[in-house]
Amino acid sequence: MKSVKLTVSAIAVIAASASAAAARDQVQVAGSSTVLPYATIVAEAFAENTEFAAPVVEGGGSSAGLKQFCEGVGENTIDVANASRKIKDSEVETCKANGVANIMEVQFGYDGIVFASDINGPDFVLTPKDVFLALAAEVPADGAVAANAAANWSDVNPDLPAQPIMAFIPGTKHGTREVFEEKVMMAGCEESGALDAFKAAHPDDEDAAEAACIAIRTDGKSVDIDGDYTETLARIDSDKNGVGVFGLSFYENNTDKLKVATMNGVTPSVDTVASGEYPVSRPLFFYVKKDHIGVIPGLKEYAEFFVSDAIAGPGGPLATYGLVPDPKLADVQAGVADEAVMQ
Amino acid sequence: MTDATDMTPMSAPAARHTSGSLLTASARTKRRNAAETRFKAYGIAAIAIAVLALMFLLYSIVRDGASAFQQTYVSLPVTISAEVVDPKGNRDPAEMAKVISMSYGKVLDDSLKAWIAAENIQIPDLSEADIKSFFSNEAQARLREMVLADPSIIGETLDMTALTSSRVDGMFKGRVTEASAALDAKTSVAQYQLAQAMKDKGALVTKFNTAFITKPDASDNRAEAAGIGVAILGSFYMMLIVLVLALPIGVAASIYLEEFAPKNRFTDVIEVNIANLAAVPSIVFGILGLAAFINFVGLPRSTPIVGGLVLTLMTLPTIIISTRAALKSVPPSIRDAALGVGASKMQTVFHHVLPLAMPGILTGTIIGLAQALGETAPLLLIGMVAFVTTYPSAPPEGFFDPASALPVQVYNWTQRADPAFFERASGAIIVLLVFLLCMNLLAIFLRRKFERRW
Repeated sequence: MKSVKLTVSAIAVIAASASAAAARDQVQVAGSSTVLPYATIVAEAFAENTEFAAPVVEGGGSSAGLKQFCEGVGENTIDVANASRKIKDSEVETCKANGVANIMEVQFGYDGIVFASDINGPDFVLTPKDVFLALAAEVPADGAVAANAAANWSDVNPDLPAQPIMAFIPGTKHGTREVFEEKVMMAGCEESGALDAFKAAHPDDEDAAEAACIAIRTDGKSVDIDGDYTETLARIDSDKNGVGVFGLSFYENNTDKLKVATMNGVTPSVDTVASGEYPVSRPLFFYVKKDHIGVIPGLKEYAEFFVSDAIAGPGGPLATYGLVPDPKLADVQAGVADEAVMQ
Repeated sequence: MTDATDMTPMSAPAARHTSGSLLTASARTKRRNAAETRFKAYGIAAIAIAVLALMFLLYSIVRDGASAFQQTYVSLPVTISAEVVDPKGNRDPAEMAKVISMSYGKVLDDSLKAWIAAENIQIPDLSEADIKSFFSNEAQARLREMVLADPSIIGETLDMTALTSSRVDGMFKGRVTEASAALDAKTSVAQYQLAQAMKDKGALVTKFNTAFITKPDASDNRAEAAGIGVAILGSFYMMLIVLVLALPIGVAASIYLEEFAPKNRFTDVIEVNIANLAAVPSIVFGILGLAAFINFVGLPRSTPIVGGLVLTLMTLPTIIISTRAALKSVPPSIRDAALGVGASKMQTVFHHVLPLAMPGILTGTIIGLAQALGETAPLLLIGMVAFVTTYPSAPPEGFFDPASALPVQVYNWTQRADPAFFERASGAIIVLLVFLLCMNLLAIFLRRKFERRW
């Protein structure tokens, strides 16, 4: 008898789930794990300062978030995608093909990318050139291109410590990786003259030379971290020779465990990133589906709240956590208020 | 039965060795005894390794997580200044609601400064930032709620007990020391000294952290306010759905397969498939859930209903296999006797076989549920690894509200930058382990209580 009752209640649950087209009353956000802490701070403050329901925020990485974002329009798709890089043309195409034509791009601040090592280790004074020569798959040697043979940092630059090269860099699914490739590896490739060597090696193929610039050595001296910065921190904790790539805000939260490396002689901080002196930084974005404004309650208000002076401006909670405020925040606010879409 | 027949060949070689005394062991007996002793030693070693591994696991979790159940609060007279909370001075609720919670930080900072002056505490290098980062950001939000709920407290001075920031809390848990505070960008030696002075004056109290069990998750800026309330509720809802769906479906399927179904190639294929499904990696069920329940049926993301359905699919094979084993263990003589006195097949099953198999079925179900409770992988894909700060409402509507789950809350917290979240993740593991222990104890209890021997 008991099982009969249970069966009946089970059928009731299934029936209830079939009629579950109830309107969603909270904003749903997914994407970059770099933006995730900022988005959770905003979501929490948004819920306690407005009448709207608390937004639900997921991580997963910029690419995963934008993929979900572009799945289509409707209540069972997300409203906002966080990204630590600009949306790619191919992603905009996918979006369009799935009916997501009106995308609002909101750039709300900058994040520095830092190299840091164990607090008790030696100081690192890096340049993009050093990092390129230490981590590239192939480097120019005696006019030709050869596999990277550098074993210690001192092999790359005698001023660096004689410590085995061991780098923990973000995996390819992270937006941070692209910034690392563009602002560090590409820059180092040009500085060291390797770009010309690669061009000489691939005379008819411009792309091949650039691909060679950002190719990372695969002999175990550089490890891709697909998890979050906590994993990078744990790796450095167990391998004291390791040098890891972190977001500035993560480093700021763990200054008692990590020693930060300077880049081109500049120590990374909110101020040096804001002034542009520290070279390795990137803008942070979130993308809003304009077609969901008016359908999902609080979506536009969330976007406006996010970029308001009290939140994303200097001295706000996002800056406290480590965000470098966007100096042109007023333009961003105007863009959100006008619901300006990407062209 | 078979044992008796096996005795004969065993006793035959023994008869050939009757020449020696029974009191002195022969070389062969010694060898056999030695082999037995060795085997026992291997067994003990295996158990010792397993126990040591378990002890190490428990020790490290309790060491890291026990402090999550304590929390440091600051208890101060707070003067609610009208200039901050009601800048226009007209006590209009709509105007006052425009003052966002961050502005309330000034009220707390001023109160702390007033207290330091009143108690005549002298700390050199105590900066504005040290005062500002002393309180949790959660305190501002709570103060704003209090003021909006009862505007008559504006201008008054009241005793308030508020959370301290995670760094100050860490000073009393050994996570932040004077040496680490010197290196830490989020605190300072001056703040450390202030915290110690306040502790001496009794303005800082460490209490049992009930908020950790009941409150929802908090953002990266407020590690000290984060709790597992929503996660416990979400896990509970999912277990309810799994129980209500998987138990009847699983039991009905097993009864049919075991008692009614003809033995042919078709039922063999089903049997092999069920055994296979039990071993399928759980992430596969997550992919299925995303495709079937969210993209096809259109159920909302991050909700217990989707999580519950996915976990039901995952638990079904476990329940079917254990139920079939329980039904098989009921002696055929019971069925024969029932059929013999004229009961129908269905009466036989429901009146006699099923009640006797019940303890086995319940044990299997509870173990299946415990497995589902600790499952993370399938929930990753259906949006349960989300930041959710509102409690889901009561069922059945609550099944469609966003919620978190205990194991994914642990996963979530281990990725956050503030070290205080690591302590909370270990605390959540302790809670999860306590739930699992309770469920397994219940399984043992039910088995003992209802078990019948023949």
